[in-house]
Amino acid sequence: MNKIVSKEYFSANVIKFEVEAPLIAKARKAGHFVMVKVGLKGERIPLTIADADLQKGTITLVVQKMGVSSSKLCALEVGEYITDMVGPLGKATHIENFGTVVCACGGVGTAPMLPIVAALKKAGNKVVTVIAARTKDLIILEEQMREYSDEVIVMTDDGSYGNKGLVTNGVESVINREKVDLCVTIGPAIMMKFVSLLTKKYEVPTLASLNTIMVDGTGMCGACRVSVGGKTKFVCVDGPEFDAHLVDFDEMLMRLGGYRDIEREDMAKMA
Amino acid sequence: MQNKEDRSAAWRDELRKSMKAKERTDIPRVHMPELDPVYRSHSRVEEVNLGLTAEMAMLEAKRCLDCANPTCMLGCPVGIDIPRFVKNIERGEFLEAAKTLKETSALPAVCGRVCPQEKQCEGQCMHLKMKKEPVAVGHLERFAADYERESGNISVPETAPANHIKIAVVGSGPAGLAFAGDMAKFGYEVVVFEALHEIGGVLKYGIPEFRLPNDIVDVEIQNLQSMGVHFVTNCVVGKTISIQDLEDDGFKGIFVASGAGLPRFMNIKGENLVGVMSSNEYLTRVNLMDAASEDSDTPVFKGKKVAIIGGGNTAMDSVRTARRLGAERAMIVYRRSEEEMPARVEEVKHAKEEGIDFLTLHNPIEYIGNEQGRVTQMLLQVMELGQPDASGRRSPIEIPGKTELIDVDMVVVSVGVSPNPLIPQSVKGLEVSKWGTVIVNNDTMQSAVPIIFAGGDIVRGGATVILAMGDGRRAAKAMDEWIKKG
Repeated sequence: MNKIVSKEYFSANVIKFEVEAPLIAKARKAGHFVMVKVGLKGERIPLTIADADLQKGTITLVVQKMGVSSSKLCALEVGEYITDMVGPLGKATHIENFGTVVCACGGVGTAPMLPIVAALKKAGNKVVTVIAARTKDLIILEEQMREYSDEVIVMTDDGSYGNKGLVTNGVESVINREKVDLCVTIGPAIMMKFVSLLTKKYEVPTLASLNTIMVDGTGMCGACRVSVGGKTKFVCVDGPEFDAHLVDFDEMLMRLGGYRDIEREDMAKMA
Repeated sequence: MQNKEDRSAAWRDELRKSMKAKERTDIPRVHMPELDPVYRSHSRVEEVNLGLTAEMAMLEAKRCLDCANPTCMLGCPVGIDIPRFVKNIERGEFLEAAKTLKETSALPAVCGRVCPQEKQCEGQCMHLKMKKEPVAVGHLERFAADYERESGNISVPETAPANHIKIAVVGSGPAGLAFAGDMAKFGYEVVVFEALHEIGGVLKYGIPEFRLPNDIVDVEIQNLQSMGVHFVTNCVVGKTISIQDLEDDGFKGIFVASGAGLPRFMNIKGENLVGVMSSNEYLTRVNLMDAASEDSDTPVFKGKKVAIIGGGNTAMDSVRTARRLGAERAMIVYRRSEEEMPARVEEVKHAKEEGIDFLTLHNPIEYIGNEQGRVTQMLLQVMELGQPDASGRRSPIEIPGKTELIDVDMVVVSVGVSPNPLIPQSVKGLEVSKWGTVIVNNDTMQSAVPIIFAGGDIVRGGATVILAMGDGRRAAKAMDEWIKKG
């Protein structure tokens, strides 16, 4: 049981929670995730840790309301409890001074990118962060990103804020003007696929943090498996970060959609 | 160990003399009452085996000869005093029988249901030497444990006075529970850390309700709790807390029983299609997450044409689950013949009664999917048996050019597991085999890091509940001696 100590709406469907979890707060590093389950008959879902406060003994999670499980989590209020939470899981992001790093994030992927940006900056990198969303209201954590980044480029599909265009346009503009040593990308699978295609063209090494379906999150079930360089890997224990140029994103997208029909029925029941 | 004193007790002596050996061996072996196969193949949670009545159990107990040198006990990994508990059933002292079981086994109601008795106690029964069926030790064990539980008179095993020495257990599966039980009896303060949200490990996520109800596992766990064992869920040792944290926290011994983590796949084309999954995933969804219930948020496929790849107990559990979830055709695909199948005889029998198809001497070589990436067919290679291989079983050989294409909408891959990598990855100095198992001294279960002992599937790779429990017991004995030595 983990108590929710704060809840903030980034937008109607994107919510930031601070949750009591002193042991996880102490052990977590950038890139780690937790498994969360709401209710006795809840589903276990993976969420990447966005931040931690050692003094308060809390971790920060940013959740987008999508299906049954994320909606149940988003319905929880301050003072209520997440039934089960376990972590930190996965391998932490490998941080060193690479030189210039472009961090390309979209949607709620921006939240788990924040600790990576902070850690990269601390290690001496020049960090250029590209945040993308459909529209102005969905751009999150811009101010915090500015705190740790050398530069923040905001992209919106509709041009309502920052530059008009996709995340890839932002990344490409940086690559065109200076030497980029590494790109890190977190966001919807389709977004990461296109970032990866772009950076492959320019031969910029790229890491993608994958968020696949998981049941236990500790290496037991294999639901999260992805093909990386033709080999099957488990996102939960081998990842969640992989060389984006080797990830079979099409297979990953196909597997992510595996339970869509069942999920749709369940959402209909909930409504 | 057999209690010789008890064997010569007056009641037992009298009981032995009350019937001639010939009369005992002439009694036919009891048949376990079972749910009707057609009915049960559609009933997801009802237990297949219904248990013996008191009359049946007492009659079956009469069959036991109460041998002076009970060979059955040699076959028991935890060393249950089998003749003593059986003779207590014969004389109607069922609670005493249960107490006897609990002296050496932390989980008698579990073992009575899932042990491969035909390879252990019953496989060494004296009756076999006389060409008779062995005493149904497993059924009797289950009877005694169930009787005690249902009587409401559950005995708590005696524990030595508390010595206030803290011992940590990593994993709450059968090895961890058996170890915890013994250490609590020795007077230690035992804390069990479990990564999942439920206690019980494979007993909860792996073995289905129809073979081992979760309620029964819970009673055994409560029994350990009343002996003073503490449980912490949602805690991954090696991630949430480290081995070092445990040492800093004053734990004087650590038993790693983190189980078989990674499911194995065959690395064949199409294995990552939607609808192809490991038995760990399938069973965890259905058993731990209760995904087939209306009120569970976890989804699960309810395939109509389901293939399970493998011939072990997990494969049988998966195929029988698929049948219960509505599969019109549920198939076992196994590359050797039925004779080489590692599953318990009873599971194979039950599966057949429930209408499972056995495609033995077949091996999948490719899965084929539709535009959505869902599996629709499997390509099987037909096999034949050749010479015995390293395992002593006749090895399967491909018959060139002979393949079959079969329609499926779900495939469960059940070809084994590799040890959980979390602990081996996170502890310095631990010796790990090329298979990823933790290397220990086989007698003491102590690892290369003296404070760490290990047992169960993290050491064996993939074995049975009872072998894991045997490891837990041996580790407890050895750790107790090691700590006392200082």
